[in-house]
Amino acid sequence: MTRKFKEVMIRRIFFLFACVSILILGLIVTFLFREGIPIFRAVSIKDFLFGSEWYPTFDPPAFGIWPLIVGSFIVTFLSTLIAVPLGVLSAVYISEIAPRSIKEILKPVIELLAGLPSVVLGFFGMVVLAPWLQDTFDLPTGLNIVNASLMLALMAVPTISSISEDALYNVPREFKEASYALGATKSETILKVIIPSALSGISTAVILGMARAIGETMVVLMVAGGAAAIPESLFDSVRPMPASIAAEMGEAPFRSEHYHALFATGIVLFLLTLAFNLIADYISNKFKEVGSGTL
Amino acid sequence: MVTVEDTRVIYVKNVNFYYGGFRALTDITMDFEQNRVTALIGPSGCGKSTLLRLLNRMNDLIDGTRVEGEVIFEGNNIYDAKVDPVDIRRRIGMVFQKPNPFPKSIYNNITYGPRLAGLNNRIDLEALVERSLRQAVLWDEVKDILNQSAMMLSGGQQQRLCIARALAMKPDVLLMDEPTSALDPISTAKIEELIQDLKKLYTIIIVTHNMQQAARISDMTGFFYIGKLIEFNATEKIFTKPDHKQTEDYITGRFG
Repeated sequence: MTRKFKEVMIRRIFFLFACVSILILGLIVTFLFREGIPIFRAVSIKDFLFGSEWYPTFDPPAFGIWPLIVGSFIVTFLSTLIAVPLGVLSAVYISEIAPRSIKEILKPVIELLAGLPSVVLGFFGMVVLAPWLQDTFDLPTGLNIVNASLMLALMAVPTISSISEDALYNVPREFKEASYALGATKSETILKVIIPSALSGISTAVILGMARAIGETMVVLMVAGGAAAIPESLFDSVRPMPASIAAEMGEAPFRSEHYHALFATGIVLFLLTLAFNLIADYISNKFKEVGSGTL
Repeated sequence: MVTVEDTRVIYVKNVNFYYGGFRALTDITMDFEQNRVTALIGPSGCGKSTLLRLLNRMNDLIDGTRVEGEVIFEGNNIYDAKVDPVDIRRRIGMVFQKPNPFPKSIYNNITYGPRLAGLNNRIDLEALVERSLRQAVLWDEVKDILNQSAMMLSGGQQQRLCIARALAMKPDVLLMDEPTSALDPISTAKIEELIQDLKKLYTIIIVTHNMQQAARISDMTGFFYIGKLIEFNATEKIFTKPDHKQTEDYITGRFG
Protein backbone atom coordinates (compact mmCIF):
# COMPACT_ATOMS: atom_id res chain seq x y z
CA MET A 1 0.00 0.00 0.00
CA THR A 2 1.50 3.32 -0.98
CA ARG A 3 1.61 6.16 1.48
CA LYS A 4 -0.59 8.29 -0.72
CA PHE A 5 -3.26 5.61 -0.99
CA LYS A 6 -3.29 5.29 2.80
CA GLU A 7 -3.80 9.03 3.19
CA VAL A 8 -6.72 8.98 0.78
CA MET A 9 -8.27 5.99 2.53
CA ILE A 10 -7.97 7.59 5.94
CA ARG A 11 -9.49 10.80 4.69
CA ARG A 12 -12.44 8.88 3.20
CA ILE A 13 -13.04 6.90 6.35
CA PHE A 14 -13.22 10.06 8.43
CA PHE A 15 -15.52 11.63 5.87
CA LEU A 16 -17.78 8.59 6.02
CA PHE A 17 -18.09 8.74 9.77
CA ALA A 18 -18.82 12.45 9.63
CA CYS A 19 -21.55 11.70 7.12
CA VAL A 20 -23.09 8.99 9.26
CA SER A 21 -23.98 11.37 12.07
CA ILE A 22 -25.43 13.93 9.70
CA LEU A 23 -27.37 11.23 7.89
CA ILE A 24 -28.83 9.89 11.10
CA LEU A 25 -29.85 13.36 12.20
CA GLY A 26 -31.46 13.87 8.81
CA LEU A 27 -33.36 10.59 9.11
CA ILE A 28 -34.63 11.46 12.58
CA VAL A 29 -35.89 14.82 11.41
CA THR A 30 -37.54 13.27 8.35
CA PHE A 31 -39.20 10.67 10.53
CA LEU A 32 -40.37 13.33 12.98
CA PHE A 33 -41.99 15.32 10.21
CA ARG A 34 -43.45 12.28 8.48
CA GLU A 35 -45.16 11.13 11.67
CA GLY A 36 -46.17 14.60 12.81
CA ILE A 37 -47.57 16.25 9.71
CA PRO A 38 -50.64 13.97 9.24
CA ILE A 39 -52.32 15.55 12.28
CA PHE A 40 -52.83 18.68 10.23
CA ARG A 41 -55.39 16.78 8.17
CA ALA A 42 -57.55 16.71 11.31
CA VAL A 43 -56.78 20.19 12.74
CA SER A 44 -55.38 23.34 11.19
CA ILE A 45 -51.90 24.52 12.17
CA LYS A 46 -53.43 27.52 13.88
CA ASP A 47 -55.89 25.46 15.92
CA PHE A 48 -53.14 23.03 16.80
CA LEU A 49 -50.72 25.71 18.01
CA PHE A 50 -53.17 28.11 19.60
CA GLY A 51 -56.09 25.89 20.57
CA SER A 52 -56.44 26.03 24.32
CA GLU A 53 -57.85 22.56 24.85
CA TRP A 54 -55.76 19.44 24.90
CA TYR A 55 -58.14 16.46 25.22
CA PRO A 56 -56.55 13.91 22.91
CA THR A 57 -58.50 10.93 24.25
CA PHE A 58 -61.96 12.48 24.36
CA ASP A 59 -64.63 11.95 21.77
CA PRO A 60 -64.37 14.13 19.79
CA PRO A 61 -60.73 14.81 20.71
CA ALA A 62 -59.25 18.32 21.02
CA PHE A 63 -55.68 18.83 19.89
CA GLY A 64 -54.74 22.35 20.99
CA ILE A 65 -51.22 22.46 22.42
CA TRP A 66 -51.30 26.10 23.54
CA PRO A 67 -51.43 25.10 27.25
CA LEU A 68 -48.41 22.86 26.69
CA ILE A 69 -46.49 25.64 24.93
CA VAL A 70 -47.37 28.06 27.71
CA GLY A 71 -46.27 25.47 30.25
CA SER A 72 -42.95 24.97 28.52
CA PHE A 73 -42.28 28.66 28.18
CA ILE A 74 -43.21 29.56 31.72
CA VAL A 75 -41.00 26.95 33.36
CA THR A 76 -38.18 27.80 30.94
CA PHE A 77 -38.51 31.51 31.59
CA LEU A 78 -38.68 31.15 35.36
CA SER A 79 -35.82 28.70 35.50
CA THR A 80 -33.72 31.05 33.37
CA LEU A 81 -34.53 33.86 35.76
CA ILE A 82 -33.17 31.74 38.58
CA ALA A 83 -30.28 30.11 36.73
CA VAL A 84 -28.77 33.16 35.03
CA PRO A 85 -27.67 35.02 38.15
CA LEU A 86 -26.50 31.79 39.77
CA GLY A 87 -24.61 30.60 36.70
CA VAL A 88 -23.09 33.89 35.63
CA LEU A 89 -22.08 35.02 39.10
CA SER A 90 -20.54 31.68 39.94
CA ALA A 91 -18.63 31.85 36.65
CA VAL A 92 -17.34 35.31 37.54
CA TYR A 93 -16.34 34.08 40.96
CA ILE A 94 -14.55 31.03 39.60
CA SER A 95 -12.75 32.77 36.79
CA GLU A 96 -11.83 36.08 38.40
CA ILE A 97 -12.08 36.05 42.16
CA ALA A 98 -11.66 32.62 43.72
CA PRO A 99 -8.24 31.65 45.01
CA ARG A 100 -6.84 28.65 43.21
CA SER A 101 -7.67 26.16 45.97
CA ILE A 102 -11.38 27.06 46.03
CA LYS A 103 -11.52 27.20 42.25
CA GLU A 104 -10.17 23.67 42.03
CA ILE A 105 -13.02 22.38 44.19
CA LEU A 106 -15.85 24.56 42.91
CA LYS A 107 -15.33 24.04 39.20
CA PRO A 108 -15.56 20.22 39.19
CA VAL A 109 -18.50 20.33 41.61
CA ILE A 110 -20.50 22.53 39.25
CA GLU A 111 -19.54 20.33 36.33
CA LEU A 112 -20.62 17.30 38.33
CA LEU A 113 -24.04 18.89 38.71
CA ALA A 114 -24.29 18.71 34.91
CA GLY A 115 -23.71 14.98 35.10
CA LEU A 116 -26.46 14.42 37.64
CA PRO A 117 -29.14 12.21 36.02
CA SER A 118 -32.27 14.28 35.56
CA VAL A 119 -34.37 11.53 37.11
CA VAL A 120 -32.44 11.99 40.34
CA LEU A 121 -33.23 15.69 40.31
CA GLY A 122 -36.83 14.68 39.63
CA PHE A 123 -36.81 12.48 42.72
CA PHE A 124 -35.46 15.32 44.78
CA GLY A 125 -38.17 17.63 43.48
CA MET A 126 -40.89 15.07 44.17
CA VAL A 127 -39.84 13.81 47.55
CA VAL A 128 -38.15 16.80 49.17
CA LEU A 129 -39.23 20.01 47.49
CA ALA A 130 -42.85 19.16 46.69
CA PRO A 131 -43.98 18.32 50.25
CA TRP A 132 -42.12 21.32 51.57
CA LEU A 133 -43.81 23.66 49.06
CA GLN A 134 -47.17 22.09 49.79
CA ASP A 135 -46.87 22.55 53.55
CA THR A 136 -45.23 25.95 53.52
CA PHE A 137 -47.59 27.62 51.09
CA ASP A 138 -50.59 25.49 51.92
CA LEU A 139 -51.09 24.28 48.36
CA PRO A 140 -53.18 21.46 46.93
CA THR A 141 -49.99 20.08 45.35
CA GLY A 142 -46.27 20.79 45.49
CA LEU A 143 -45.82 19.54 41.93
CA ASN A 144 -46.13 22.85 40.13
CA ILE A 145 -44.42 25.59 38.11
CA VAL A 146 -42.21 26.77 40.95
CA ASN A 147 -40.96 23.28 41.71
CA ALA A 148 -40.25 22.49 38.04
CA SER A 149 -38.54 25.85 37.50
CA LEU A 150 -36.25 25.34 40.47
CA MET A 151 -35.24 21.87 39.31
CA LEU A 152 -34.72 23.04 35.72
CA ALA A 153 -32.65 25.95 36.99
CA LEU A 154 -30.40 23.46 38.76
CA MET A 155 -29.96 21.68 35.44
CA ALA A 156 -29.23 24.88 33.52
CA VAL A 157 -26.74 26.32 36.01
CA PRO A 158 -23.81 24.09 35.01
CA THR A 159 -24.33 24.83 31.32
CA ILE A 160 -24.52 28.56 31.89
CA SER A 161 -21.69 28.58 34.39
CA SER A 162 -19.16 26.61 32.40
CA ILE A 163 -19.77 28.35 29.07
CA SER A 164 -19.72 31.77 30.76
CA GLU A 165 -16.53 30.86 32.53
CA ASP A 166 -14.87 30.00 29.22
CA ALA A 167 -15.99 33.34 27.85
CA LEU A 168 -14.63 35.22 30.86
CA TYR A 169 -11.39 33.28 30.77
CA ASN A 170 -10.91 34.22 27.13
CA VAL A 171 -11.09 37.95 27.80
CA PRO A 172 -7.61 39.11 26.77
CA ARG A 173 -5.25 39.73 29.64
CA GLU A 174 -4.38 43.03 27.96
CA PHE A 175 -7.82 44.44 28.71
CA LYS A 176 -7.48 43.64 32.38
CA GLU A 177 -3.99 45.12 32.56
CA ALA A 178 -5.13 48.27 30.78
CA SER A 179 -7.92 48.65 33.29
CA TYR A 180 -5.71 48.14 36.33
CA ALA A 181 -3.09 50.49 34.91
CA LEU A 182 -5.73 53.23 34.76
CA GLY A 183 -6.36 52.89 38.47
CA ALA A 184 -9.38 50.60 38.39
CA THR A 185 -9.99 48.28 41.31
CA LYS A 186 -10.65 44.61 40.83
CA SER A 187 -14.42 44.96 41.06
CA GLU A 188 -14.45 47.90 38.67
CA THR A 189 -12.37 45.90 36.22
CA ILE A 190 -14.73 42.93 36.46
CA LEU A 191 -17.90 44.98 36.05
CA LYS A 192 -16.76 47.46 33.44
CA VAL A 193 -14.27 45.57 31.33
CA ILE A 194 -14.31 41.83 31.83
CA ILE A 195 -18.06 41.15 31.85
CA PRO A 196 -18.83 43.51 28.94
CA SER A 197 -16.04 41.91 26.90
CA ALA A 198 -17.40 38.45 27.61
CA LEU A 199 -21.01 39.42 26.98
CA SER A 200 -21.43 37.55 23.71
CA GLY A 201 -20.17 34.35 25.30
CA ILE A 202 -22.35 34.88 28.33
CA SER A 203 -25.42 35.44 26.13
CA THR A 204 -24.64 32.25 24.26
CA ALA A 205 -24.39 30.45 27.58
CA VAL A 206 -27.76 31.77 28.69
CA ILE A 207 -29.50 30.75 25.49
CA LEU A 208 -27.97 27.28 25.53
CA GLY A 209 -29.06 26.99 29.16
CA MET A 210 -32.59 27.89 28.08
CA ALA A 211 -32.45 25.34 25.28
CA ARG A 212 -31.43 22.77 27.85
CA ALA A 213 -34.37 23.71 30.06
CA ILE A 214 -37.02 23.75 27.35
CA GLY A 215 -36.01 20.34 26.00
CA GLU A 216 -35.66 18.68 29.38
CA THR A 217 -38.21 15.90 29.84
CA MET A 218 -37.77 13.82 32.93
CA VAL A 219 -37.75 16.62 35.46
CA VAL A 220 -40.89 18.28 34.13
CA LEU A 221 -42.60 14.94 33.77
CA MET A 222 -41.97 14.23 37.43
CA VAL A 223 -42.45 17.58 39.12
CA ALA A 224 -44.50 19.93 36.92
CA GLY A 225 -47.77 18.32 37.95
CA GLY A 226 -49.03 17.45 34.49
CA ALA A 227 -52.14 19.63 34.19
CA ALA A 228 -52.75 20.48 30.54
CA ALA A 229 -54.36 23.80 31.28
CA ILE A 230 -53.19 27.39 31.05
CA PRO A 231 -51.89 28.20 34.55
CA GLU A 232 -53.35 31.04 36.57
CA SER A 233 -50.70 31.25 39.24
CA LEU A 234 -47.10 30.19 39.75
CA PHE A 235 -48.30 27.44 42.06
CA ASP A 236 -50.49 25.82 39.41
CA SER A 237 -49.47 22.59 37.76
CA VAL A 238 -48.49 22.62 34.11
CA ARG A 239 -47.73 20.07 31.42
CA PRO A 240 -44.77 21.22 29.31
CA MET A 241 -44.44 19.73 25.81
CA PRO A 242 -41.76 17.13 26.56
CA ALA A 243 -43.68 15.85 29.58
CA SER A 244 -46.80 15.51 27.50
CA ILE A 245 -45.01 13.52 24.83
CA ALA A 246 -43.31 11.21 27.32
CA ALA A 247 -46.43 10.60 29.37
CA GLU A 248 -48.84 9.99 26.52
CA MET A 249 -46.78 8.23 23.89
CA GLY A 250 -47.18 4.88 25.61
CA GLU A 251 -50.95 4.97 25.51
CA ALA A 252 -51.43 6.54 22.08
CA PRO A 253 -52.37 3.90 19.49
CA PHE A 254 -49.91 3.59 16.63
CA ARG A 255 -50.62 6.09 13.84
CA SER A 256 -53.74 7.39 15.54
CA GLU A 257 -54.48 11.09 15.56
CA HIS A 258 -53.21 11.29 19.12
CA TYR A 259 -49.94 9.68 18.02
CA HIS A 260 -49.54 12.16 15.16
CA ALA A 261 -50.39 15.06 17.46
CA LEU A 262 -47.61 14.04 19.84
CA PHE A 263 -45.13 13.92 16.97
CA ALA A 264 -46.29 17.33 15.84
CA THR A 265 -45.63 18.56 19.38
CA GLY A 266 -42.16 17.11 18.94
CA ILE A 267 -41.75 19.17 15.76
CA VAL A 268 -42.65 22.34 17.65
CA LEU A 269 -40.15 21.48 20.35
CA PHE A 270 -37.48 20.67 17.78
CA LEU A 271 -38.00 23.98 15.99
CA LEU A 272 -37.83 25.86 19.28
CA THR A 273 -34.54 24.31 20.38
CA LEU A 274 -33.20 24.78 16.85
CA ALA A 275 -34.11 28.46 17.07
CA PHE A 276 -32.39 28.78 20.44
CA ASN A 277 -29.24 27.21 19.06
CA LEU A 278 -29.26 29.38 15.96
CA ILE A 279 -29.66 32.50 18.08
CA ALA A 280 -26.78 31.40 20.29
CA ASP A 281 -24.64 30.76 17.23
CA TYR A 282 -25.56 34.09 15.71
CA ILE A 283 -24.70 36.03 18.84
CA SER A 284 -21.36 34.36 19.33
CA ASN A 285 -20.38 34.91 15.68
CA LYS A 286 -21.66 38.41 15.38
CA PHE A 287 -19.49 39.74 18.15
CA LYS A 288 -16.46 37.76 17.08
CA GLU A 289 -16.18 39.48 13.72
CA VAL A 290 -15.69 42.98 15.02
CA GLY A 291 -13.38 42.02 17.85
CA SER A 292 -15.91 41.98 20.66
CA GLY A 293 -17.86 44.91 19.25
CA THR A 294 -18.61 48.25 20.80
CA LEU A 295 -20.20 48.15 24.18
CA MET B 1 24.19 76.51 52.40
CA VAL B 2 22.89 75.64 49.00
CA THR B 3 19.96 73.30 48.81
CA VAL B 4 19.95 71.14 45.74
CA GLU B 5 16.44 70.73 44.45
CA ASP B 6 15.49 67.11 44.17
CA THR B 7 14.60 66.59 40.53
CA ARG B 8 14.01 62.90 40.98
CA VAL B 9 10.34 62.15 40.48
CA ILE B 10 10.75 58.51 41.22
CA TYR B 11 13.72 56.46 42.27
CA VAL B 12 14.52 52.88 43.03
CA LYS B 13 16.79 51.91 45.92
CA ASN B 14 18.41 48.51 46.33
CA VAL B 15 15.53 46.64 44.79
CA ASN B 16 15.46 42.88 44.48
CA PHE B 17 12.49 41.23 42.82
CA TYR B 18 11.45 37.61 42.87
CA TYR B 19 9.02 35.51 40.84
CA GLY B 20 8.55 32.71 43.34
CA GLY B 21 12.08 31.47 43.95
CA PHE B 22 13.52 33.10 40.85
CA ARG B 23 15.35 36.38 41.35
CA ALA B 24 14.50 38.56 38.36
CA LEU B 25 16.14 41.77 39.56
CA THR B 26 19.25 42.12 41.69
CA ASP B 27 20.06 45.19 43.72
CA ILE B 28 18.79 47.86 41.35
CA THR B 29 19.31 51.50 42.25
CA MET B 30 18.20 54.09 39.73
CA ASP B 31 16.94 57.67 39.63
CA PHE B 32 14.39 58.93 37.16
CA GLU B 33 14.44 62.67 36.74
CA GLN B 34 11.67 65.04 35.90
CA ASN B 35 10.90 65.79 32.25
CA ARG B 36 13.45 63.31 31.06
CA VAL B 37 13.07 60.28 28.87
CA THR B 38 14.86 57.32 30.36
CA ALA B 39 15.29 54.25 28.19
CA LEU B 40 15.75 50.78 29.60
CA ILE B 41 17.53 48.44 27.21
CA GLY B 42 18.93 44.94 27.33
CA PRO B 43 18.38 41.48 25.89
CA SER B 44 15.10 39.58 26.43
CA GLY B 45 14.61 38.37 29.97
CA CYS B 46 17.06 40.88 31.43
CA GLY B 47 14.45 42.32 33.78
CA LYS B 48 13.84 45.69 32.15
CA SER B 49 10.09 45.16 31.76
CA THR B 50 9.92 43.76 35.26
CA LEU B 51 11.49 46.93 36.60
CA LEU B 52 9.06 49.06 34.61
CA ARG B 53 6.07 47.16 35.97
CA LEU B 54 7.50 47.48 39.44
CA LEU B 55 7.16 51.25 39.24
CA ASN B 56 3.35 51.25 39.14
CA ARG B 57 2.85 48.02 41.06
CA MET B 58 1.59 46.09 38.05
CA ASN B 59 3.61 43.12 39.23
CA ASP B 60 1.21 42.87 42.17
CA LEU B 61 -1.21 41.23 39.75
CA ILE B 62 1.04 38.23 39.34
CA ASP B 63 0.82 35.62 42.08
CA GLY B 64 3.90 34.70 44.04
CA THR B 65 6.00 37.80 43.44
CA ARG B 66 8.03 39.55 46.11
CA VAL B 67 9.81 42.89 46.28
CA GLU B 68 12.71 43.89 48.50
CA GLY B 69 14.04 47.42 48.73
CA GLU B 70 12.29 50.69 48.07
CA VAL B 71 10.63 52.49 45.20
CA ILE B 72 10.28 56.12 46.23
CA PHE B 73 7.69 58.23 44.46
CA GLU B 74 7.31 61.80 45.73
CA GLY B 75 9.07 60.94 48.94
CA ASN B 76 7.05 57.83 49.81
CA ASN B 77 7.83 54.18 49.31
CA ILE B 78 5.08 52.89 47.01
CA TYR B 79 5.50 49.41 48.49
CA ASP B 80 4.65 50.65 51.94
CA ALA B 81 1.83 48.64 53.47
CA LYS B 82 -0.48 51.63 53.76
CA VAL B 83 -0.15 52.64 50.11
CA ASP B 84 -3.06 51.66 47.87
CA PRO B 85 -1.75 50.50 44.46
CA VAL B 86 -4.86 52.03 42.86
CA ASP B 87 -3.67 55.51 43.88
CA ILE B 88 -0.21 54.81 42.53
CA ARG B 89 -1.55 53.63 39.18
CA ARG B 90 -3.65 56.76 38.83
CA ARG B 91 -0.52 58.88 39.16
CA ILE B 92 1.81 56.70 37.11
CA GLY B 93 0.37 55.85 33.71
CA MET B 94 1.33 52.93 31.54
CA VAL B 95 1.34 52.11 27.84
CA PHE B 96 1.76 48.49 26.83
CA GLN B 97 3.62 46.60 24.17
CA LYS B 98 0.54 45.59 22.21
CA PRO B 99 -2.05 48.32 21.68
CA ASN B 100 -4.83 47.35 24.06
CA PRO B 101 -7.81 49.66 23.70
CA PHE B 102 -10.99 48.43 25.36
CA PRO B 103 -13.69 47.14 23.01
CA LYS B 104 -15.59 50.35 23.67
CA SER B 105 -15.96 53.61 21.78
CA ILE B 106 -12.99 55.95 21.43
CA TYR B 107 -14.68 58.40 23.77
CA ASN B 108 -15.33 55.75 26.42
CA ASN B 109 -11.77 54.51 26.20
CA ILE B 110 -10.46 57.94 27.17
CA THR B 111 -13.03 58.60 29.87
CA TYR B 112 -12.74 55.16 31.48
CA GLY B 113 -10.05 56.12 34.00
CA PRO B 114 -11.21 59.66 34.80
CA ARG B 115 -14.77 58.44 35.40
CA LEU B 116 -13.57 55.83 37.86
CA ALA B 117 -11.59 58.57 39.56
CA GLY B 118 -14.86 60.45 40.07
CA LEU B 119 -14.99 62.89 37.15
CA ASN B 120 -18.57 62.87 35.90
CA ASN B 121 -19.28 66.30 34.51
CA ARG B 122 -19.93 65.91 30.79
CA ILE B 123 -18.38 69.20 29.77
CA ASP B 124 -15.20 68.47 31.70
CA LEU B 125 -15.04 64.98 30.24
CA GLU B 126 -15.43 66.27 26.70
CA ALA B 127 -12.70 68.83 27.25
CA LEU B 128 -10.48 66.15 28.70
CA VAL B 129 -11.07 63.85 25.73
CA GLU B 130 -10.10 66.59 23.32
CA ARG B 131 -7.05 67.62 25.33
CA SER B 132 -5.79 64.06 25.70
CA LEU B 133 -6.33 63.20 22.05
CA ARG B 134 -4.59 66.41 20.98
CA GLN B 135 -1.64 65.61 23.22
CA ALA B 136 -1.45 62.20 21.62
CA VAL B 137 -1.74 63.79 18.14
CA LEU B 138 -4.80 61.76 17.33
CA TRP B 139 -7.53 64.38 17.58
CA ASP B 140 -7.65 65.37 13.92
CA GLU B 141 -7.95 61.76 12.85
CA VAL B 142 -10.74 60.76 15.21
CA LYS B 143 -12.65 63.89 16.20
CA ASP B 144 -15.60 62.93 14.01
CA ILE B 145 -15.76 59.28 15.03
CA LEU B 146 -15.49 59.50 18.81
CA ASN B 147 -18.47 57.22 19.24
CA GLN B 148 -17.15 54.44 17.05
CA SER B 149 -15.36 51.40 18.35
CA ALA B 150 -11.69 51.83 19.11
CA MET B 151 -11.19 48.41 17.57
CA MET B 152 -11.71 49.96 14.13
CA LEU B 153 -8.58 52.10 14.35
CA SER B 154 -5.26 51.03 12.85
CA GLY B 155 -2.57 49.63 15.15
CA GLY B 156 -0.68 52.92 15.26
CA GLN B 157 -3.84 54.85 15.99
CA GLN B 158 -4.81 52.36 18.68
CA GLN B 159 -1.46 52.83 20.36
CA ARG B 160 -1.81 56.61 20.29
CA LEU B 161 -5.30 56.14 21.72
CA CYS B 162 -3.75 54.12 24.55
CA ILE B 163 -1.29 56.93 25.16
CA ALA B 164 -4.15 59.43 25.16
CA ARG B 165 -6.03 57.19 27.58
CA ALA B 166 -3.06 57.16 29.93
CA LEU B 167 -2.63 60.94 29.59
CA ALA B 168 -6.28 61.52 30.46
CA MET B 169 -5.41 60.55 34.02
CA LYS B 170 -2.94 63.47 34.11
CA PRO B 171 -0.20 61.25 35.45
CA ASP B 172 3.16 62.45 36.69
CA VAL B 173 5.07 59.62 35.14
CA LEU B 174 4.41 57.70 31.96
CA LEU B 175 5.74 54.16 31.69
CA MET B 176 6.01 52.69 28.21
CA ASP B 177 6.70 49.01 27.67
CA GLU B 178 8.04 48.64 24.13
CA PRO B 179 5.25 50.84 22.79
CA THR B 180 6.27 50.59 19.16
CA SER B 181 7.31 46.97 18.87
CA ALA B 182 3.99 45.97 17.27
CA LEU B 183 3.84 48.94 14.90
CA ASP B 184 4.99 49.79 11.38
CA PRO B 185 7.84 52.30 10.82
CA ILE B 186 5.55 55.25 10.07
CA SER B 187 3.47 54.75 13.20
CA THR B 188 6.69 54.24 15.14
CA ALA B 189 8.05 57.57 13.90
CA LYS B 190 4.83 59.28 14.97
CA ILE B 191 5.02 57.82 18.44
CA GLU B 192 8.68 58.72 18.82
CA GLU B 193 7.89 62.29 17.83
CA LEU B 194 5.06 62.28 20.31
CA ILE B 195 7.37 61.13 23.10
CA GLN B 196 9.62 64.11 22.40
CA ASP B 197 6.67 66.44 22.85
CA LEU B 198 5.36 64.69 25.93
CA LYS B 199 8.59 64.91 27.88
CA LYS B 200 7.97 68.64 28.30
CA LEU B 201 5.06 67.73 30.55
CA TYR B 202 5.79 64.25 31.84
CA THR B 203 8.58 62.07 33.07
CA ILE B 204 8.85 59.15 30.69
CA ILE B 205 10.42 55.77 31.23
CA ILE B 206 10.49 53.53 28.19
CA VAL B 207 11.53 49.94 27.68
CA THR B 208 12.73 49.26 24.17
CA HIS B 209 14.35 46.52 22.17
CA ASN B 210 15.26 48.95 19.47
CA MET B 211 18.65 50.49 20.18
CA GLN B 212 18.29 53.21 17.55
CA GLN B 213 15.06 54.17 19.19
CA ALA B 214 16.72 54.51 22.59
CA ALA B 215 19.48 56.59 21.01
CA ARG B 216 16.98 58.83 19.20
CA ILE B 217 14.52 59.61 21.93
CA SER B 218 16.07 59.18 25.37
CA ASP B 219 18.15 61.41 27.58
CA MET B 220 19.29 58.66 29.92
CA THR B 221 19.78 54.99 29.20
CA GLY B 222 20.05 52.04 31.53
CA PHE B 223 21.50 48.78 30.25
CA PHE B 224 20.29 45.61 31.96
CA TYR B 225 21.71 42.14 31.77
CA ILE B 226 20.42 39.08 33.66
CA GLY B 227 18.57 41.09 36.26
CA LYS B 228 21.36 43.56 36.92
CA LEU B 229 21.74 47.18 35.98
CA ILE B 230 25.11 47.09 34.24
CA GLU B 231 25.36 50.70 33.27
CA PHE B 232 23.20 53.79 33.70
CA ASN B 233 24.38 56.92 31.98
CA ALA B 234 23.51 59.74 29.63
CA THR B 235 22.31 58.23 26.37
CA GLU B 236 25.00 59.94 24.38
CA LYS B 237 27.72 58.45 26.53
CA ILE B 238 26.19 54.97 26.48
CA PHE B 239 26.06 54.96 22.70
CA THR B 240 29.45 56.50 22.06
CA LYS B 241 31.79 55.64 24.92
CA PRO B 242 30.19 53.22 27.39
CA ASP B 243 32.08 52.48 30.58
CA HIS B 244 31.45 48.74 30.49
CA LYS B 245 32.55 46.28 27.90
CA GLN B 246 29.26 44.36 28.15
CA THR B 247 27.30 47.50 27.27
CA GLU B 248 29.48 48.11 24.28
CA ASP B 249 29.13 44.51 23.12
CA TYR B 250 25.36 44.71 23.33
CA ILE B 251 25.07 48.05 21.62
CA THR B 252 27.34 47.11 18.79
CA GLY B 253 25.30 43.97 18.29
CA ARG B 254 27.84 41.43 19.43
CA PHE B 255 25.15 39.71 21.52
CA GLY B 256 21.52 40.10 22.49
